[in-house]
Amino acid sequence: MNKVPLIHVTRRKDIFWVRAWLVRIIAVALALVVCGVITMMATGLNPIKVYAAMIDGAFGTSRRLWMLLQNIAILLCISIALAPAFRMRFWNLGGDGQALMGALGAAASMILIGDKVPNWLLILIMIVVSICAGALWAGIPAFFKARWNTNETLFTLMMNYVAVQLVAFFVIVWEVPKGAGKIGIINQNSNAGWFPQVGGQKYLLNVIIVSVLTILVFIYMNYTKQGYELSVVGESEPTARYVGIKVRRVIVRTMLLSGALCGVTGLLLVGGTDHTLTTTLVGGRGFTGVMVAWLAKFNPVFMVITSFLIVFLQRGATEITTTFGLNQSFGDIITGIILFFIIGCEFFLNYQIHFRKAHKEVA
Amino acid sequence: MFDFFVSLIPRAVSQGIPLMFGAVGETVTEKSGNLNLGTAGIMYVGGICGVIGAFLYETGVGPENMNGFLAILIPLACCLAGSFLMGLLYCFLTVTLRANQNVTGLAMTTFGVGFGNFFGGSLIKLSGADVASIALSRTSQFFSTKLPFADKLGWFGKVFLNYSFLAYTAVAMAIIASVLIFHTKLGLQLRAVGESPATADAAGINVTRYKYVATCVGAMISGLGGLYYVMDYASGVWTNDAFGDRGWLAIALVIFTIWRPIHSIWASILFGGLYILHIFIPSGTNLAVKEIYKMAPYVVTIIVLIITSLRNKRENQPPASLGLSYFREDR
Amino acid sequence: MERSPVIELKHITKRFGNNIANDDVSMEVYEGEILALLGENGSGKTTLMNALAGIYYPEDGQIFVRGREVNIHSPRTAFDLGIGMIHQHFKLVDVLTAVENIILGLNEKSRYDLKAAAARITEICDRYGFHVDPFQKIYTMSVSQKQTVEIVKVLFRGADLLILDEPTAVLTPQETEKLFNVLRNMKADGKSIIIITHKLNEVLEISDRVAILRKGKYICEIKTSEASVQQLTDAMVGHAVTLNIDRPVPVDPKDKIIVEHLTIRNSDGVAKLKDISFTARTGEILGIAGISGNGQKELLEGIAGLQKIESGSIRFVDDNGKETELVGMDPRKITDMGVTLSFVPEDRLGMGLVGNMNLGENMMLRTFRHSGGPFIDRKEPFHLAKRVIESLEVVTPSVKTAVRKLSGGNVQKVLVGREISSSPTVLLTAYAVRGLDINSSYLIYDLVNQQKKQGVAVVYVGEDLDVLLELCDRILVLCDGQVSAILDARKTDKQQVGLLMTKLGGEAANE
Repeated sequence: MNKVPLIHVTRRKDIFWVRAWLVRIIAVALALVVCGVITMMATGLNPIKVYAAMIDGAFGTSRRLWMLLQNIAILLCISIALAPAFRMRFWNLGGDGQALMGALGAAASMILIGDKVPNWLLILIMIVVSICAGALWAGIPAFFKARWNTNETLFTLMMNYVAVQLVAFFVIVWEVPKGAGKIGIINQNSNAGWFPQVGGQKYLLNVIIVSVLTILVFIYMNYTKQGYELSVVGESEPTARYVGIKVRRVIVRTMLLSGALCGVTGLLLVGGTDHTLTTTLVGGRGFTGVMVAWLAKFNPVFMVITSFLIVFLQRGATEITTTFGLNQSFGDIITGIILFFIIGCEFFLNYQIHFRKAHKEVA
Repeated sequence: MFDFFVSLIPRAVSQGIPLMFGAVGETVTEKSGNLNLGTAGIMYVGGICGVIGAFLYETGVGPENMNGFLAILIPLACCLAGSFLMGLLYCFLTVTLRANQNVTGLAMTTFGVGFGNFFGGSLIKLSGADVASIALSRTSQFFSTKLPFADKLGWFGKVFLNYSFLAYTAVAMAIIASVLIFHTKLGLQLRAVGESPATADAAGINVTRYKYVATCVGAMISGLGGLYYVMDYASGVWTNDAFGDRGWLAIALVIFTIWRPIHSIWASILFGGLYILHIFIPSGTNLAVKEIYKMAPYVVTIIVLIITSLRNKRENQPPASLGLSYFREDR
Repeated sequence: MERSPVIELKHITKRFGNNIANDDVSMEVYEGEILALLGENGSGKTTLMNALAGIYYPEDGQIFVRGREVNIHSPRTAFDLGIGMIHQHFKLVDVLTAVENIILGLNEKSRYDLKAAAARITEICDRYGFHVDPFQKIYTMSVSQKQTVEIVKVLFRGADLLILDEPTAVLTPQETEKLFNVLRNMKADGKSIIIITHKLNEVLEISDRVAILRKGKYICEIKTSEASVQQLTDAMVGHAVTLNIDRPVPVDPKDKIIVEHLTIRNSDGVAKLKDISFTARTGEILGIAGISGNGQKELLEGIAGLQKIESGSIRFVDDNGKETELVGMDPRKITDMGVTLSFVPEDRLGMGLVGNMNLGENMMLRTFRHSGGPFIDRKEPFHLAKRVIESLEVVTPSVKTAVRKLSGGNVQKVLVGREISSSPTVLLTAYAVRGLDINSSYLIYDLVNQQKKQGVAVVYVGEDLDVLLELCDRILVLCDGQVSAILDARKTDKQQVGLLMTKLGGEAANE
């Protein structure tokens, strides 16, 4: 006798947006409660105090606030870079590598020709070189995907580590002083290639650039022909061919754009804030960006919110480290847990659960 | 030249063993159609859970009173339990809740690395050490006990016998996984699930159960890689972030071995060798060049990926449903 | 000799939503016989057999196996009862070998022994006279070999009732002959076989008995030895129904699309169209009749620039009589050449529309490139969407509703509305009224007729012969990828078309 399953799952056709938000908010709230419990168990600290400290860590002083904004800007920049690729259903896991290549391009320009050309020209060259470097790093896997359907998830993933080693190589080539194993601050005296400060704030320019880029990408995805084409390719390749869209060309073009924007992220890090080059400069934000872009379903407002949430947790965790003598990685644990809840709650947005009353089948 | 290899191989092997565990575990997982990018995180969790177990036992009874059997069993059990739970979490999210596998995997890596470093850091603080690491030297001694005669048999002993039991376990795992996947009915059904869950479902195979079991077992095998790294390779010293990107390298290995665990035996030793090849660069060469050498495993993996897609031979492709969640009513 | 039935179906009823697929069907199958289940597309043959195979569970009715009432709720139950079905779409894992596929999911506690299984497979093959290499990988096999593996899989599980769903649709005549020999051997071995088909010649050749379904109802059963082609055709297509569809007389027809010696192969290398020639004219509806899967899809997609063409030519004639070759052009080039060709494909949501996009965005698919500059003009498509909603009475909450949320009829209205909005000179439609209710169907007929009156060359692929006979001016009958005949729709009847569909050239008509 077959058992009739008590729980039956069906795909949801539609969900009212209020309900969708409610599900998400409940998920985040649940996650925070779970994090609180874990905090208490792991450290014996009062979780409310921990959260209070985190809020203080993120917003407490104007410097912290700027750090928060800067980090959101960088994460958001990578996320918007990845969004067009994901809408095309192309798994670009190479954001880290592409951004790192952009950073390498910018740093190379600063180091090699920093004292040979006027500053405005140098910055222009940095922009071009880093954009090209990022685009190249994304274009290679895109070409193989378009031509031979090479698995892009694994390809872009591997490209990250090639980029890391390439940067490691140049870090030693350009190390200052010899044998230090690091580059240190580039052009510390001349400030050549450093982006100008806007309004006396070190991070304001980056925030402005990323805000503008976010709007541009939003417009590109929703109001341009190319944005429309990549959506059609992502939804259904047969339809794309049916209306005469050149699928291969769209794949390569979209990935070049995605890589170029990642390159800009690297540029902002080198030219705008850090003025140095290390292998950990991007710090896994390419991966975090994947999660932000995916969970936000390409909606820029969601992306800002998710980026904010993640960066807030990480900045907050830095604060806990000093206040409670905890380990900085605590932030990663909390981020992980929150992500699990957000990922898991998608299910309730896409599927419906029906509970069946146990009934006997007529034999 | 011969001496060079005699000194290179043991190092390559001890570098390669964590990768071998990771690759074998990930292959078992991927054969069920689950692309678990959380392997890097799982290996961290496996490692730190072992460390926690060992730490509690070693500080609990004192290094002098440790029982060799328990000293191995406790960390081992902790490691397996930790990585099992990670596998379970992955399955719950991707199989039951049908979340996207890539996103879930990346979140698991964030979580796993954070988990490892957090508890690592906390233990370092607890042990009151001056340096940023915990040394579990006594436990490590038990773990890294080599085979007898290793020292007495010259080059043969150095190359083949000079390893601890976990190293041989890794090789055994690769062989067992290979036999299971390619020569048993269980493996056949598993491959069918990874290739075409709808067909497997129609044939009466419980797709969900296969995915859960394969992924959890795979996670446990991968976790052992973390344990080996701390207890044997690093001589019981846990340093935050020391494990590095080996988890990703393990995923690369799966591609490199075109989803055949038996190949991961030599391939992971090869990758291990490539990983440390730079050590053997003659002094005087530009140090930067060694960073280029470290690129080798990844570049080779990319080339393998391209070649398999060019040649398009079906046996060498990833499992056809890799990365996709299965929902029966979508047929 | 009075034999007892192996299987008895009593009063089986199965509904899909409001559609009734099987309406109170009762029938029996006896031991050692081949029963042909005959019927047009959508007559409910496959649904009925799926109920036996455990894929669908009927709402009403009883199934008896060897006199015992049974409840078949899964394919596994069906297997345990000795019922095995070979579906049209094979369920095989490509990278595995034949033997691996065959033993997949078997719950025998025996050792994993491929050699022993292979030996049993060879034994089964020898017994019935066909050949399978147990260690060949599925993806290297031809369609016919894959089908053989499916049959062996069923026999391996000890089935003694085999159901084959249109097994010959994918086979060459030689392969068909081979298959029939195997089936005869199985029959001699005491197995019962149900073969679903709509090819009359095959029915006559292989079966002992014919059961006929029409529109979900069981019509009759006939002993094959006593059946005539005429009788079977009548039973299958039924009596002509008058539909009262308008058919204006074509005004000044001129050649628009000239197809000559067109041959198209699918990705498996099977020729789906063989040396087809015809002409589509302005102000005329050319109907394409034929059993589905006989090259209709390839024909339309070939003209639309979506199929790789092996040989032959497709020429477009413009108003000045200048001919342009369309072979080797993709849809974009065809549009750029100024050929306004509209195409309503069979797969509405998979090809014609994007399910996740809303009505307005779907309207842009064809025209988004036309505006200048990098930006998309969203206004005009949304206006168009509104016009289509009004004029075609599309039921939708708004223009911003995703198309996949609409019902089948409304989806089709959106698609047809978009395709005719570009005032085409050629309109290709594939199964334009499939799944639509009567009102929507008539609306589509009207739209097609309007296009015809405006001088458009319409190619209408259809499955309902009554409609084809009343709507079209000429009917091209496809059979096995070849032109069986091109008829004047006003001067032919259902029986003639039916025969031409099932037999090339319809020789049987002269018997």
